[in-house]
Amino acid sequence: MAIEQLGIAVLWSFLYGYLIVASIDFGAGFYAYYGRISGVETVIAPVISRYLSPVWEVTNVFLVFFFVGIVGFFPETAHYYGTALLIPGSIALLLLAVRGSFYAFANYGVNKNSFYLLAYGATGLLIPAALSTVFTISEGGFLTVRGNDVFLLMEELFYSTYSWAVVLLALSSVLFISSTFLTYYAARANDPKALEQMRRFALWGGVPTIISSLFVFIALRNHNLEHFQRTLDVWWLFGLSLVSFIIAIWFIWNRRSYGTAFVMVLLQFAFAFYGYGISHMPYLLYPYLTLYGGVTNPVMGRALVIAFVAGFALLVPSLVLLLKMFLFNARYVKGDLA
Amino acid sequence: MGTVDWSRALTEMTLAFHILFATVGVGVPLFISLAEWLGIRKKDRHYSLMARRWARGFVITVAVGVVTGTCIGLQLSLLWPEFMRLAGHIVSLPLFLETFAFFFEAIFLGIYLYTWDRYSNPYLHWLLTLPVMIGSSGSALFITTVNAFMNTPQGFAVREGKLTDIDPLAAMFNPATPSKVLHVLFSAYLTVAFLLGMIAAFSMLRGRKDEYYRKSLRLNMTAAAILAVATIGIGDMSAQFLAKEQPEKLAAAEWHFDTGERASLIVGGRLNPVTQEIAGALEIPWALSLLATHSLDGTVVGLNDFPRKDWPPLYVHYLFDAMVGIGFYLLAVPILFLALLIIKRWNAYNRFVLACALAGGPLALLAIELGWFYAEVGRQPWIIRGYLRVSDAATTNSHVNLAFWLFAGLYAVLGVVCLFVLARLFRNQPAELELETRRIIL
Repeated sequence: MAIEQLGIAVLWSFLYGYLIVASIDFGAGFYAYYGRISGVETVIAPVISRYLSPVWEVTNVFLVFFFVGIVGFFPETAHYYGTALLIPGSIALLLLAVRGSFYAFANYGVNKNSFYLLAYGATGLLIPAALSTVFTISEGGFLTVRGNDVFLLMEELFYSTYSWAVVLLALSSVLFISSTFLTYYAARANDPKALEQMRRFALWGGVPTIISSLFVFIALRNHNLEHFQRTLDVWWLFGLSLVSFIIAIWFIWNRRSYGTAFVMVLLQFAFAFYGYGISHMPYLLYPYLTLYGGVTNPVMGRALVIAFVAGFALLVPSLVLLLKMFLFNARYVKGDLA
Repeated sequence: MGTVDWSRALTEMTLAFHILFATVGVGVPLFISLAEWLGIRKKDRHYSLMARRWARGFVITVAVGVVTGTCIGLQLSLLWPEFMRLAGHIVSLPLFLETFAFFFEAIFLGIYLYTWDRYSNPYLHWLLTLPVMIGSSGSALFITTVNAFMNTPQGFAVREGKLTDIDPLAAMFNPATPSKVLHVLFSAYLTVAFLLGMIAAFSMLRGRKDEYYRKSLRLNMTAAAILAVATIGIGDMSAQFLAKEQPEKLAAAEWHFDTGERASLIVGGRLNPVTQEIAGALEIPWALSLLATHSLDGTVVGLNDFPRKDWPPLYVHYLFDAMVGIGFYLLAVPILFLALLIIKRWNAYNRFVLACALAGGPLALLAIELGWFYAEVGRQPWIIRGYLRVSDAATTNSHVNLAFWLFAGLYAVLGVVCLFVLARLFRNQPAELELETRRIIL
C-alpha cells in the first residue's frame, strides 16, 4: 500500500473511532438533559455518568488525533480547509470547549447545576451538526479559490439540500448510536427501568437514521454525480450496512443480546463510513485536492507511520485496560464500585 | 489591525490562557504522585488526603487545559495555514507524538481518578500516576520541540523553492530543544510547587491550624527549593544556548547593541531607541559576558550586527528581567522557610513567610507568562527563524477579528467559572472536615 493510502486509512479509522465514542458521548448529553427535564433523571443519569466519567477526555483526543494527523500526512489540507474553515472551525471549537469544561464543572464541581447540564446537552447536538458540514464541504462546490485565497461560500452551504441532509443524518446517527450503547450498558447494569427507557429511544432512533441516509444518497446524486457513481461501485458495503442495521433492530426489538445488537450497530456504521470514504477517494477536497497532490514527503510519511505503529502498540493495551475497568467490569457497571 | 495582527493577537490570547492550565497539567501529576507515595510509605494519611484533594482540583484544570489545547491545536491550521503547510512537512512527527502522549495520559488519568479504593495493594494505585506523569511531561516535551524548531530550524534543505533532505529527527532534536524542554518542564514543576504551597499558606493565614497544612507547606517548599535551583541552572543553560545559536534574541533581551567582549548586564532602565542610550539602568560589569559565555572576556554578539528589519521588539528586555527577578524570588522564599525550619529559633510558619509563599503562586504563573511572551516575541519577525516570516504565514481569511472576540468571550467564561468552581470545591470541603469524615486522627 502506498504511503498516502496507508495514511488516509489510518486517519479514517481514527475518525471512525471518534464517530463512535463521540456519538455515545454527545447522545448521552442529550439524554441526560432530557432525563432532567422530563423527570426520569434518576433512571438514566447514573448509567450515563458511570460510563462517561472515566472516558470523556479520551473522546476528545480521537478528534485531536485526526486533525493533527491529517495536517501531518497531508499538509496541503491546512491551506484549503484551514483558510476556509476559520469561522465554522472556531465555532465548533467553542462548542467543544464549552462542552468539555462544563462537563467537568458539573461532574467534579460540588453541585449539579441545571445550566451546566443544559450547556452539555445542547452542545451534544450542535457539535455533530457543525462538524458534519466539513464532510459537506469536502464534496466541492462550497469553496472558491482565487490565487492563494480560499473562501467559504456560506450562503450556498446554508441553502444546500445536501448540507442539511448530512446534518440530519449526523444528528440521528448520534442519537441512535448512543441509545443502542446505553441500552446495552443499562442491561449490563441490571437496571430494567433505564433499559426500557433507552430501548425505546433506540427503536425510535433507528427510523430517522435510515430515512436520512437515503436522503443523503439522493442529495449526493444531485450535488456530486461523480462521487455518487463511485458509491455505486461499492454498493455492497452499503448493503452490508443495511443488513447489520436490520439485525441490530431485530435484537433490540426482541429484547435480547443487546451486546450483539450494539456490535451490529458498530458494523452498520463501519460499512457505511468506509463505503463513503472509499468512494470519496482519491479526493480530499473536490475538485482541488487529491490524496496524491496533498501528501507529505515520503520521509515524514514513513516516520509518521512508524510513530503510529509504536503509539498504537502502547495505546491499544491501555484502552483495553480502560474498557475492562469501566465497561466490562460487572461490579463497576452496576455501581458497586464508587 | 490587519489580518496578521488579529491572528497574532488571537494566538497570543489562546496561548496565554492555555499555558496556565498546561503548566498546572504538567506539574500537578508529579506532586500527586509524590504525596500518594509518601502517604503509603510513611503510613501517613495526611499525605494520602493531599493526593486526593489535589487530584480533585486537578481534573477541573485538566478539563480547561484539554479544551484550550484543542483550540490551539486547531488554530495552528486555522490562523497559520501557510506555516502548517510548510512546517507540516518537517515537524508533524512531534505534533503527532504529542497527541499520543496526551492520549496515554488521558486514559490513565481516567483510570486513576476512579480506582482509589479498588486495589488491596495501595502501591498498585500509585503506579497509575507514572503513566499520567509520563504522558503529561511527554506531551510538554514533544510540543516544546516544535517551538524549539521554530527558533532554530534544521533537518531540511530548500532547493529551488522546494523542501528536500527532510530529517524529522534532526528537526525535533534541534539546538534549542535541550534547554527549552528542560526549562519548560522544570519551571512547570516549580510553579506547581508554589501553587500548592499557596493553597496551604492561604488556609494557614486564614487561621486554619491543622498539621495537614504544615505538612503540605513543608513538602511543597522543600520541592520548590530544589526545583528553583534546577530552574535557574537551566535558565543559565538557555542563555548560553541563545548566545551561541540565536544571539539576536539574547541581545534584544539585554539591550546589547554593539558586539564586544566584557559586556555588562543591564537590568531595568529606559532606552532611547534612536541613540541606543540607556538611562536609569543597573549596570553590572562583565556580567553579560559571564552569563553568555561563562567567561569574563567572552564576546557577546550585539543587535547592530543584524539588519533592523530582523530585530525583535525591544520591550522584551522588561519581560526577561521580570521573569528572572521572579525566578530568584521563588528561590529565596523556600530557602528562608527551610532555614527557619532548621534553625528552630523562630517560627517558620510566621505570617511573613506565609504571605511570601502565598504571593509565590501568582508570581510563578506570571513568570511563566513573561517567559513565554519573551520566547515568542523575541523570535519576531520570524515564525520559522530565517525561513518564514510571521506576516507571510497568516491566514488570508478576513474574519479573524470575529474569531478573536468569540474566543475572548470563551476564555473569559472558562476562566471565571473555573475559578468559581475550584474555590467552591475547597471552601465547601475544608481539609479538617474531610479528615474527620475519613476518621484520620493523629
